[in-house]
Amino acid sequence: MAGMFIDVQVDDAVAQDRDLSKKLVDVCAVDIFAQSEDGALQIVDKNLDECVLCDLCIQAAPDGKVRVIKLYES
Amino acid sequence: MRFYEYESKALFAKHSLPMGERAVVKTKEEARAAAEKIGGPVVVKSQVLSGGRMKAGAVQFADTPDEAAEKFEHVLPIVVNGEKARSILIESKSKLVQEYFVSVTWDGRRKLPVLLFSDMGGIDIEEVAESHPEHLSRTHFSTFLPLTPRLAKEAVGKTGVTGNDLNRLTPIVFELAKLFLEYDLTLAEINPIGKLENGRFIVLDGHVDMEAEARGKHAGLLKELGIGDDETRQARPPTPFELEGARLNAVDHRGVAGNVVEFDGDLGLIIGAGGGSLTLFDAVRNHGGKPANYCEIGGNPSVGKVCNLTKLILSKPGVQKIAVMMNVVSNTRVDMVARGVIKGCIEAGKDPGEVITIFRIPGSWEEEGFKILAKHGVEFCDRSVSMYEAAGRAVAKLKAS
Repeated sequence: MAGMFIDVQVDDAVAQDRDLSKKLVDVCAVDIFAQSEDGALQIVDKNLDECVLCDLCIQAAPDGKVRVIKLYES
Repeated sequence: MRFYEYESKALFAKHSLPMGERAVVKTKEEARAAAEKIGGPVVVKSQVLSGGRMKAGAVQFADTPDEAAEKFEHVLPIVVNGEKARSILIESKSKLVQEYFVSVTWDGRRKLPVLLFSDMGGIDIEEVAESHPEHLSRTHFSTFLPLTPRLAKEAVGKTGVTGNDLNRLTPIVFELAKLFLEYDLTLAEINPIGKLENGRFIVLDGHVDMEAEARGKHAGLLKELGIGDDETRQARPPTPFELEGARLNAVDHRGVAGNVVEFDGDLGLIIGAGGGSLTLFDAVRNHGGKPANYCEIGGNPSVGKVCNLTKLILSKPGVQKIAVMMNVVSNTRVDMVARGVIKGCIEAGKDPGEVITIFRIPGSWEEEGFKILAKHGVEFCDRSVSMYEAAGRAVAKLKAS
């Protein structure tokens, strides 16, 4: 479920990549990403609205594979 | 945060200020034993935070241990300005030939500490300032430059005190000024300092107020004095609404969204930034509005923290609408506050466009914030609208609803 203001979409290939997932967990200051036991990426819904729009997750992944969507612009 | 007299004196004792023998007691038996140990006449003093003890009869004198026990029973139940005694201080009674006054506090206009000294102690200092201004000296000093005994000597000397008295009073006054700076105090006062028949000086009564924000820095001292973390030392006990505000602020370390004070109005306030809270609160009142609360937001509070504060304020009985107003912000993000208040309104079951009278937070990320507000139909403005005008709009909107 998306947040009230922000949604984050991650391509499946990135979400299944253990190292890239770890990188996303590390760069996010507001804990929007988490890793399950098998290393797969999870989105922490309750933290989505805390996104500070720093773009570090977008920069950490290949172009276009992580998308931060401002729901108030749609 | 005000200290009780016995706590102030424990602090003075750490800095070797001269005081009579004393003991804090909680029972009649302890009072008798303390007076016996001290020997001779004693003073029996109620330990309350407010002034006016003497007038209320909460300071008594006793010549014997039995009389001290009797006076203990008399003083303990006395309520001073609505406050019950926490304990009783038994202290040796000294024969005095003169009383002096010394206080260190902040001069808000000069933005400097000021040392006040008078050779007419033991009475209201305002009365001395009014009737005998030549007996009161005011000496400002720097918080950056080293503090020297010369400053204390000047302060005492200005009132005409000379010779041995000047030399003996100077270290007491100097030590009090040092204490003021070292412990981030907003008030350090001794009234009176008594001159004994043998020419020595002694601290008879003292009051200390510490800046509330400095509690963490001086946690060790507060622990040593037995002051608990939960002791707010406010003029009245916090209400459940205020306690919940403090709890919400404490559970999330990010920024400030708290310092909530409850009032009985109908306009909830989410206010802050560089003195903005007080300015905006006063502006609302000047426009005839009735604030339901005071609060402070600042730093970079999380969306969740602002959301919880908004829900708390909206949950208060009598609150019809809220106003979200701040001074120009630099590090607080307008968009994050906008998200927080809108989320709070929606989670409280209210329409943000209806319940928020005005959103006036100019500053960092304001364009992003304004997009969010526009999306939810909230009236907002930028810095071209003054805080005073924004408060007026909020009050007018509430009255018109």
